[in-house]
Amino acid sequence: MEQSTDQPAASGSAIEALARTIEERVSGVRRLSSLAQELAYEAEPAELLAVCRALRDTPELRFEMLMDVAGVDYLHYGREEWVTSAATRTGFSRARQGSAPSDPGMPGRFAVVYQLLSITHNTRLRLRVTCPDTADPIVDSVVEVWASANWFEREAFDLFGIMFRGHPDLRRILTDYGFIGHPFRKDFPLIGNVETRYDPEKKRVVYEPVSIVPRVLAPKVIRHDNRYEPALKAPELPR
Amino acid sequence: MAESTHDLPLAEIRNYTMNFGPQHPAAHGVLRLVLEMDGEVIQKADPHIGLLHRATEKLAESKQFNHSIGYMDRLDYVSMMCNEHAYVLAIEKLLGIKPPERAQYIRVLFDEITRILNHLMWLGAHALDIGAMTVFLLCFKEREELMDVYEAVSGTRMHATYYRPGGVYRDLPQSMPKYQPSKWRSRREVDRLNETRSGSMLDFIDAFAERFPVAIADYETLLTDNRIWKQRTVNIGVVPPERALQLGFSGPMLRGSGVVWDLRKKQPYEVYGRMDFDIPVGTNGDCYDRYLVRIEELRQSTRIIRQCIEWLRKNPGAVMVDDRKVRPPSREHMKGDMESLIHHFKFFTEGYDVPAGETYAAVEAPKGEFGIYLVSDGANKPYRLKCRAPGFAHLASLEEMVRGHMLADVVAVIGTQDIVFGEIDR
Repeated sequence: MEQSTDQPAASGSAIEALARTIEERVSGVRRLSSLAQELAYEAEPAELLAVCRALRDTPELRFEMLMDVAGVDYLHYGREEWVTSAATRTGFSRARQGSAPSDPGMPGRFAVVYQLLSITHNTRLRLRVTCPDTADPIVDSVVEVWASANWFEREAFDLFGIMFRGHPDLRRILTDYGFIGHPFRKDFPLIGNVETRYDPEKKRVVYEPVSIVPRVLAPKVIRHDNRYEPALKAPELPR
Repeated sequence: MAESTHDLPLAEIRNYTMNFGPQHPAAHGVLRLVLEMDGEVIQKADPHIGLLHRATEKLAESKQFNHSIGYMDRLDYVSMMCNEHAYVLAIEKLLGIKPPERAQYIRVLFDEITRILNHLMWLGAHALDIGAMTVFLLCFKEREELMDVYEAVSGTRMHATYYRPGGVYRDLPQSMPKYQPSKWRSRREVDRLNETRSGSMLDFIDAFAERFPVAIADYETLLTDNRIWKQRTVNIGVVPPERALQLGFSGPMLRGSGVVWDLRKKQPYEVYGRMDFDIPVGTNGDCYDRYLVRIEELRQSTRIIRQCIEWLRKNPGAVMVDDRKVRPPSREHMKGDMESLIHHFKFFTEGYDVPAGETYAAVEAPKGEFGIYLVSDGANKPYRLKCRAPGFAHLASLEEMVRGHMLADVVAVIGTQDIVFGEIDR
């Protein structure tokens, strides 16, 4: 990558220059920490549309493409299913049944993440907006800024139950006709709630509560081994 | 009721709704398209997708990072390794590792082989949809050879799981599998088939790259100036460049509209920056231009493949990063050394932790920008994985592209969008 002949993917100084432009020209955004080659911002939910328009129309920014919209559910963020720090003394249990209880009404649970791309300046930007109300997650639709948001927002609505104010046609898109619930929420079981089979007596397909017992085959483990601490990677380690 | 319809004047039967699919062969999988028609003319098209929805993203969130590589193959199941590529790139970005140079060249080589595989499948199916049978058979003949390459390198013809974070699973094999004589194939025929298979895999791919431009010329002879082909594709599904940007197009769909944009050139990943190739662009943004763009991409991919072969022949070396956290111990070590056995067990049962953070990695897949948005909370599984499928954005614009066209043109537009439901429904 370093030896590319064409325009290189944004380098560190280019990223900082872009960040300065955004902070000067766009209000209602807050920079998020990100990898060195990337740039991420959090937008105020109330200002989302103004921010998006500014990002698209400011000549120095020109994010004319919206590549992706992703819903995120932060309900289980950072919660492990197997605590490893004390395990040397106590040992592990054989298996875990589901994950630890969590508060489904936690503030800031749902977020929508937009991946923007500027063809003119060859830059990328990630924009995140957190739904202000967890019980009734709703943010402004950006369909009028980027037409490509249409289906992406339908998908986020279908899978996470995030509503988009002003969307022209907010229907389910990926799940079955008549599906109940929002399957990509972290409190929706992986195996689902219902299963279908053909009932020979009723002569039709019937829905029944799922018969499989949910279990975690590979527990989620977070090891705090400092391996990726930036301080440890620096060449001159304090000794 | 049957009697009364006879008495109705014709003018009153105006718009009617028609179901296209989900089992229609030209729907390229499981697309249910609800069309509102005025005679032969489309007034409204509402694609119903999700019939192939497998919740890949949710499944990936319940598995260790390496276990989901195989799922990526099954997204866009005609450009398998490109999907893997985006996924392993995202993991590598978060881990902060870079595969060795040889692995990067192998990845570029296989990305381009995949592009040819995809475009051959697309060309054959698209031509077949519009009524040209021969092209389909010719394309599959060449496709078969490349499938053999997939098999030789990874053990499977389609779902390779060959790319791994930190490199590729193993180095290129020194020999190609050969045909055996049977009661259907004589010794002489087998010898002819095995002619290019006597050397290493690179020799085999080299022979393919040597001969493939002739095959492309054959396809072009059949289609490019073909009157029927032009009648079916010229000025069908025109998308102006500004609209293509608005609709989130990428890949040949965007280039067909005249936008010079290719991630391999503009945001080069792996060693694409060192490759010498051109980006074809269209001028009118219709189905015919997109066809020409893809045909030219076949040629350019062949060019890249030859450059990779040349480099790979001269530069042997490691194909996997030497970081014991992301590479499993060798089978040899595992059988003689207790620690390696434990390491192997932990590696494949628990996996490795990826530092907390978010990233978006995109590759120029044959259909357009295939991106992976990955959120990690420091665990051994992804916290959130979102696949940005190019076909999803393309299909979203179907209504706009077909409105006012005839029913038969819907087939041409679906074909030109290069729809694969594995990636759209995920």
